Amino acid sequence: MTEQRRLDVSNGDRVIPETPNAVMTLDDVNVFYGKFRAVTDVSLAFGEREITALIGPSGCGKSTILRSLNRMNDLVDGARVQGQIKFRGEEIYAKGVDPIEVRRRIGMVFQKPNPFPKSIYDNIAYGARVTGMKPSSMDDFVEESLTKAALWDEVKDKLKQNAYGLSGGQQQRLCIARTIAVKPEMILMDEPCSALDPVATLRIEDLMKDLSNEYTIVIVTHNMQQAARVADRTAFFTALSDEGSGDRTGVLVEYDKTEKIFNNPKDQRTEDYVSGRFG
Amino acid sequence: MASSKSKTLTTRATNSEYSLRPMIFYVTLWFSLIFGLMFLATLLFDIITTGSGRLDLRIFTEFPSSSPERAGARPAILGSIWVIGTTALITVPLGVASAIHLEEFANKKSRINRFIEINVQNLAAVPSVVYGLLALAFLSALGVGDKNIVIAGAFALSLLILPVVIISTREALRAVPVEIRMGSLALGATPLQTTLRSTLPAAVPGIATGSILALSRALGEAAPLLLLGALVFVSFDPNGFLSGYTTMPIQIFNWTGRPQEEFHVLAAATSVVLMGLLLMMNGLAIFIRNKFQKRY
Repeated sequence: MTEQRRLDVSNGDRVIPETPNAVMTLDDVNVFYGKFRAVTDVSLAFGEREITALIGPSGCGKSTILRSLNRMNDLVDGARVQGQIKFRGEEIYAKGVDPIEVRRRIGMVFQKPNPFPKSIYDNIAYGARVTGMKPSSMDDFVEESLTKAALWDEVKDKLKQNAYGLSGGQQQRLCIARTIAVKPEMILMDEPCSALDPVATLRIEDLMKDLSNEYTIVIVTHNMQQAARVADRTAFFTALSDEGSGDRTGVLVEYDKTEKIFNNPKDQRTEDYVSGRFG
Repeated sequence: MASSKSKTLTTRATNSEYSLRPMIFYVTLWFSLIFGLMFLATLLFDIITTGSGRLDLRIFTEFPSSSPERAGARPAILGSIWVIGTTALITVPLGVASAIHLEEFANKKSRINRFIEINVQNLAAVPSVVYGLLALAFLSALGVGDKNIVIAGAFALSLLILPVVIISTREALRAVPVEIRMGSLALGATPLQTTLRSTLPAAVPGIATGSILALSRALGEAAPLLLLGALVFVSFDPNGFLSGYTTMPIQIFNWTGRPQEEFHVLAAATSVVLMGLLLMMNGLAIFIRNKFQKRY
């Protein structure tokens, strides 16, 4: 524990850069799976209409943090969140909060493209149907969502075809279109490009920049260049051994504007990681 | 090095597939396969050659009669269709609903649910005659006097195949990738919406295949229906859930027991019809599986 406290300095002292218009704030968040503490004492804030990247080596808890932000972690057996996560001032793990409502307002895009085994049209319409949205014209609604995800021109002639016929990159853009169709206020992306080739990756990155005019985006990525290219702010996590149990737990090392993290990091470990010396 | 020089790539590797022990193994496999297929072939050959004399339209149009010349299996064929159709109406909704509960909603760690799960598997292995006895006792307790009615027969057969339908539906649901459920939940769908709109539709091919195969097992059953007192001599068409009935296996059983050779021919001809129906149902199951097969 002493080890953790010492290494946790950046958090303990709240050296969080000013995040104006924070949409979501995390205050001393710990995430447990059963008895195992996957993430320790993370404090962060995500700015409105900004892209925040969570980077760090495998096992540092960045995906765990991401899944805690819209209560997708509830679906994992034994997962438990301690500390405060506030979305627009409201505690999302408070009693009486409906996780369904949280997920409607905070959408998520996954690592592996996961369209539904349905037509492209039905993939987009799905969210509207389940959330009870009643667009005046479903056709316009589908077109608008696909246009926003820069996919309309490629699929407008095959809306009734199964989404599995699309390429991996197109499928991932379809998943993004499906997510923005339900008009969330924030979008979480869990390594959205790790299954895609470089060209498809660049298209998704362009799309993310466009979307950041309207949405707050948090992205987990293994690709440091990707964080450097798209993110306004970057949080660097690492895994530490808990001296007591020997279990590794994720901690936030440094959080700042992306250019600071990559060009002038405060912490030696951040510098080692972004310069490729470890991780 | 010396030995490798003498070898060329065409030299057979030591322990190759063509050495003695693998060959014995292959021959044993082939023999087992042929043994099984021979039984089927003999059976088919036998009933087709025996029954070919009476395999004509009269089988489908005539009622049973004491004179084999004028006898047919019309009520048995219609009775089988009535009973299996009613069984499907009972079993598929119940079985699919049970499987959805066990697979998607029940807490898999709770002891009660693990107990239920193990027992569903055990029930699938219970002999059919036991289900006949169970249905008989249950209907008697309810005070049903005439148990030779379509709905009672369907009830007994439903008990018989319900575990099979539950197990195959659970397998079909389990085969749907968890990412599909996650995608739905992340859009703000409730768990129930996720099941009804995403998971279940994706599992339909597996559910249909499993259910059809279970129903074709029920189609061939005679024992539970005989216990319920199914008629062996029916001279009317079944016309409702409360109608009396007979089925093809019972008709075959009855005719085989008669001394006259002509009835044995009739039994063989009816067997061919029953086999044909079974093949059609299995064919439908294969068709559905191939047609709706999903790549995930």
